[in-house]
Amino acid sequence: MNDVILLSHGNGGLSTKKLIEDIILKHLGERGEKELYDAAVINMKGRYAFSTDSFVISPIFFNGGDIGKLAVDGTCNDLGVMGARPLYLSLSFIIEEGFKLSDFERVVKSIKEAADENNVSIVTGDTKVVEKGKGDGIFINTAGIGIITDRRDWRDRKIKEGDLVLVSGTMGDHGTSIMLQRLGIDTTEEVRSDVAPSGLLGVELLDRFSGIKFMRDPTRGGLATVLNEVAEMYSVGIEIDEERVPVKGWVKEATEVLGIEPYYIANEGKIVVIADKKEAEDILSYMHSHPLGKDAAIIGEVTKGKRVYLRTKIGTKRILDFLKKDLLPRIC
Amino acid sequence: MCLGVPMKVIEIKDDDMAYVEMGNSKMEISIAFTPDVKVGDYVLVHAGFAIRVLQEDDALFIRKLVSEYENKN
Amino acid sequence: MKTKTDVEKLAKKINEIATEPVSLMEFCGTHTHEIFRYGIRGLLNKNIKLLSGPGCPVCVSHEEDIDRIIMMAKKYNLGVITFGDMVNVPGTDGSLNDLRSWGYEVHVVYSPIKSIDIAEKNPDKKYVLLGVGFETTVPTLAYTIKKAKEKGLKNLYYYSINKLTPPAMKAILDMGEVKINGIIGPGHVSTIIGRKGWMPIFKEYNIPFVITGFEPLDILYGIYLLVKGVIEKKPELLNAYPRSVEEEGNKVAQEIMYEVFEVDDALWRGLGLLKKSGLSLKEEYRDIDAKIKFPVEVNPKPIPGCRCGEVLRGVITPLECPLFGTACTPEHPVGPCMVSSEGACSAYYLYGGDEYE
Repeated sequence: MNDVILLSHGNGGLSTKKLIEDIILKHLGERGEKELYDAAVINMKGRYAFSTDSFVISPIFFNGGDIGKLAVDGTCNDLGVMGARPLYLSLSFIIEEGFKLSDFERVVKSIKEAADENNVSIVTGDTKVVEKGKGDGIFINTAGIGIITDRRDWRDRKIKEGDLVLVSGTMGDHGTSIMLQRLGIDTTEEVRSDVAPSGLLGVELLDRFSGIKFMRDPTRGGLATVLNEVAEMYSVGIEIDEERVPVKGWVKEATEVLGIEPYYIANEGKIVVIADKKEAEDILSYMHSHPLGKDAAIIGEVTKGKRVYLRTKIGTKRILDFLKKDLLPRIC
Repeated sequence: MCLGVPMKVIEIKDDDMAYVEMGNSKMEISIAFTPDVKVGDYVLVHAGFAIRVLQEDDALFIRKLVSEYENKN
Repeated sequence: MKTKTDVEKLAKKINEIATEPVSLMEFCGTHTHEIFRYGIRGLLNKNIKLLSGPGCPVCVSHEEDIDRIIMMAKKYNLGVITFGDMVNVPGTDGSLNDLRSWGYEVHVVYSPIKSIDIAEKNPDKKYVLLGVGFETTVPTLAYTIKKAKEKGLKNLYYYSINKLTPPAMKAILDMGEVKINGIIGPGHVSTIIGRKGWMPIFKEYNIPFVITGFEPLDILYGIYLLVKGVIEKKPELLNAYPRSVEEEGNKVAQEIMYEVFEVDDALWRGLGLLKKSGLSLKEEYRDIDAKIKFPVEVNPKPIPGCRCGEVLRGVITPLECPLFGTACTPEHPVGPCMVSSEGACSAYYLYGGDEYE
């Protein structure tokens, strides 16, 4: 009876309190607030970045991670690529009635581990329960605050022709692995999401290299979408080489099988960097020395014009547009 | 109209099923239409089925054509 | 790197021999897609015109069938199982994606066998597998249907919109709306039906026909043989994809296909009703035929302004449709040629087809 989430867990009364104490606070430990006030009180001085994101994913537990890790890394990465070191996080659950308590506990534990990795404190939160059928197991929203230094704030730097485009690792791991799992295609452990605190790498890079002019995590819409955003925002062209974009073997084959392209697939542990040509090699070496940047590569450059092009393996050039449609496996 | 991808068979299983290599992972497919397939063969995979055991002469004639052209010029 | 130089050389060779206008139709949507994906048009001189044909099963799905399956699911509370892009094809009052948003179960599968798992997991729910695809895909669907019957599965039904390619090709050639000098033959349909499958068409029309693979070099090689055949006025039915296609095709697959299906008339978007161009379930499988089991009345209306039909016949390029890129985009497709990744409109839009005109 008591091994699933009940509507009463969200009524704000004793059951809610018990759920928070027995699972959330118990596992968050040092990472969570001890005293439960209506709001967290924070002392702040300086420049901060503030970001929020909601996480809905099926399956909730996937190879390489789960919705809990995704919810912490996702928001922290958004802060990190802006040059902000994450400090505080809010954490809200919307749970569907009937969700297993043991699964909930697993999610909370994973949140704690991810918070430790990102060195971020969870200072406020909320838990709501919706009737069975009104949700998809569990939804999580996190919002985060991180501190920026002048050196790390890249927003005013001008992107110009000749700047180089780098990625911190292989493209398409997360979205491809999720799609394969959702389609029930039998694979192995190697097929896994790349979910990781790549914002940490972002902050380290921005601390060291003032030649970084742009940084973003290529989540939904993938690399192609980020590059098109850059082209639009800065009125520049971009050309990348198909053969220089790092893609894992299984991603390459799986995307061929599913008729989709790795450039459009979500990543959860990678960053895209645009940097001055003079510093690009140093940035690349730094990435290579970092556990989250082993497969980093320079994949192309900023050009004249205003569109994004892919130079194909056969030496032709074609437009690489925004993600314009749902990513669906095609058989034809 | 019909997406087909060459993949290498690495394990034959029961019930017309087999594993093909996918990078350092593998994927399950049906080999119901290629009953003679052996481990090590490349098959053309469409909608989760092997529809043909690929022959070795992979584009040899194209290479030949290109090299003839090279020699001529 | 070897490929790159081979491609350059082959393209150069084609351009050298293409001394007069040659119009080739790539029948197959995957060819359309790969030609754009690799920017192959950009390699060829202006004499070579590539027309996209009706070889995209999603694109040729008729609005009447889309309306019917949606109505059926609503009236009989069915779960629908189908392949990827099908869920976005617009009918008169919406797509299968819309059906999902109205609260109905819609599943996308990669392998049709998975529909058995879906139906087994939920035995109280009735499911219908919307079978789309040409000869390449039909055996995989036939196998699934056979397997479901062997397992005694009672809640999985089938709706066939499966079609045969040679009748569509014949229809296009008969219409004579566009000048076609040669045909880039569909490689993977041919894997199933064999070179032999094209013999009647070749004999009747006597134009160069080359069964072509899908790697950039394969495609260029197919084009090379066709241009050569056209220029030298030596029409032949050639197999330029022997690693995957043999004379007789895949007989095992053909047998399973005709164990479950029989040839029937079919409705094609853009081409209308074509005699003996589709596949229906055989007598022994009528008990799972959704069209019989779940009758519905529909009033399909053609989509106003959409010229997908003419695009499918190669009569106009997508750029000539007034909706292209304005009212009709991949985010908000008006017609199926913009929905499917294989559709000519989608390929033009996503890969900048406008730059090659």
